Amino acid sequence: MAREVIGNGNELAAEAAIDAGARFFSGYPITPSSEVMHVASDLLPEVGGKFIQMEDEIAGICAALGASMSGVKSFTATSGPGISLKAEQIGLGFIAEIPLVIVNVMRGGPSTGLPTRVSQADIGQAQYPTHGDYASITLCAGSLTECYTQTVRAFNLAEKYMTPVFILLDETIGHMHGKAVLPDLEEVKASIVNRATFDGAPADYKPYDVPMNKPAVLNPMFKGYKYHITGLHHGHEGFPTEDAVQCEFNIERLVGKINTVAAENDGLDDLPDYEEYMLDDAEVCIIAYGSIGLGAYEAVNKLREQGVKAGMFRPILLWPSPAKRIAEIGAKFKDKIFITELNMGQYSKEIERVIKRNDFTTLLKANGRPIAPAEMVAKVKEMM
Amino acid sequence: MAFNYDKYLRVNKMPTLWCWGCGDGVILKSTIRAIEKMGWDMDTEVCVVSGIGCSGRFSSYVNCNTVHTTHGRTMAYATGIKLANPQINVIVVAGDGDSLAIGGNHTIHACRRNINLNFILINNFIYGLTNSQISPTTPQGMWCVSAQNGNIDPTFNAANLAIGAGATFVARETVNDPKKLEKMLVKGFEHRGYSFMEVLSNCHINLGRKNKMANAMENLSWIDSITVSKKKWDELPPEEQMNKLATGILREVVQPEYTDMYEEVIKAAQGKRGKITQADFAKKI
Repeated sequence: MAREVIGNGNELAAEAAIDAGARFFSGYPITPSSEVMHVASDLLPEVGGKFIQMEDEIAGICAALGASMSGVKSFTATSGPGISLKAEQIGLGFIAEIPLVIVNVMRGGPSTGLPTRVSQADIGQAQYPTHGDYASITLCAGSLTECYTQTVRAFNLAEKYMTPVFILLDETIGHMHGKAVLPDLEEVKASIVNRATFDGAPADYKPYDVPMNKPAVLNPMFKGYKYHITGLHHGHEGFPTEDAVQCEFNIERLVGKINTVAAENDGLDDLPDYEEYMLDDAEVCIIAYGSIGLGAYEAVNKLREQGVKAGMFRPILLWPSPAKRIAEIGAKFKDKIFITELNMGQYSKEIERVIKRNDFTTLLKANGRPIAPAEMVAKVKEMM
Repeated sequence: MAFNYDKYLRVNKMPTLWCWGCGDGVILKSTIRAIEKMGWDMDTEVCVVSGIGCSGRFSSYVNCNTVHTTHGRTMAYATGIKLANPQINVIVVAGDGDSLAIGGNHTIHACRRNINLNFILINNFIYGLTNSQISPTTPQGMWCVSAQNGNIDPTFNAANLAIGAGATFVARETVNDPKKLEKMLVKGFEHRGYSFMEVLSNCHINLGRKNKMANAMENLSWIDSITVSKKKWDELPPEEQMNKLATGILREVVQPEYTDMYEEVIKAAQGKRGKITQADFAKKI
């Protein structure tokens, strides 16, 4: 049975992590994400899990990666400055193929920026958080319910694709307190994905000996399957290599296991990668995500009351983007596309890349304040 | 009978990447002998975690679950592995640059937490792998590629730093005496709590060549000349203490171990005991 709960987005993300099977959290306090840590500190030991507040942001992700390497589902939470500090370790997660869920509750930047105010300016950072070539998976919660459901999904994607996965909240949704309808707990548990394991003889085990576009198979440690994990380029058994053919293959596989697979299968799993609201008969398409999507529902309703047939497209899987559907929307709505986001156009650039035009209208804000539905309505009416 | 190292080594990774005469090999062998003395099962009971630098390759030569982490973060990865798997014996290997410079913060906080990690600090007084840049232990007045006119940076006394940060087992030995080294490692492995084991090692290639100890023996003799047993060190006048590093066990005390205490946290969360309070600790501040 569906559950009705009261909480804020950060708390719901932490609860989702534990329901998804996470048994380890390490992190460092940072506004506006700290409630994730508070709840993890409370709930993890209750289920026999481990929580540790580390000495800095870097250690916060290192310990979580260490725990995950050993076979324990792990997560960390932070905000933009913390992601900047964790960047190098996220890279180790990518190349060594360590599943990890990273909750980023976005605040204004760059640098210390606007610690207590909302932003969506870490969208680009989530796509390319660290040096080198790789592909990132990034989900963005657009409601309290999604703070829960998309966090569960983030764990499942991390385990399926053997990679760090971002779940983006923002200050508004992270601190928004209210009612959320959550799926039945048994349903959640039935959906849990666990990383694949090799069950053959330990002597035959080669964790990174996998075909193009497939993730590594990393067995839990200390069960007789002895292997080496490194941030260096590595061969089939995990040991460092500089072999040109192997290194090329490694990078093509890291990118392909996410981007190529998503393009070929129209996404990374069976869950919706976007939501559409009143879009079927719409004459103008509002594109918004995260907490700004909440305002966009209201804008669509108001515009319709005023005789403008508006609809909304709200991406949930930001990276890799739902490019096929974005292209269709680009073709259908032509220049009647309105993109609104709390940054200087970071996702607008992705829309432009996919539809190969920039004749859309934008409403962008980077001052730590949300975008009111009335502002969206006024701007859309100018377009019509 | 000669000791057979093969079952503890990834023999197909031999020879090591270390230079001829490097002390890292002595530390590798002593570590293996100490593991053997402990009777630890390499398949299911040991994890070796290393950082970046020459010592970073240590983990790839030992035949168990091994992790080669990023520069300076060794201790933080190891902390996660240990807390998630308290039953596992985690050995952390890192150099002076890795654990005292870029990773200094993680080192002192691991000392403070008293988490049961076995840390082997390979102190060769230099960034060896990257061609001789000054580290926090490079003596003042030595020449390095990043101190072209001579090094003016003061040094850390690593073991003193660990004692100050609250490490419950702190010891120092050198590669000159593998027997003592092995004994220290066994003591540290047996200690329930954080073990900070500093091993002074040679880098005649990248420290020695430019500092009048271009072969291994000269570098090792210099290490001999700057070390003295703790007992003798205690008797030296302060002006001489300053120029000698004490060897042997420098601190050994029993305090609550972190993963043991975390079991109490779990009990408290599960209602099997009351919340943790100051009454649980002898040390109140």
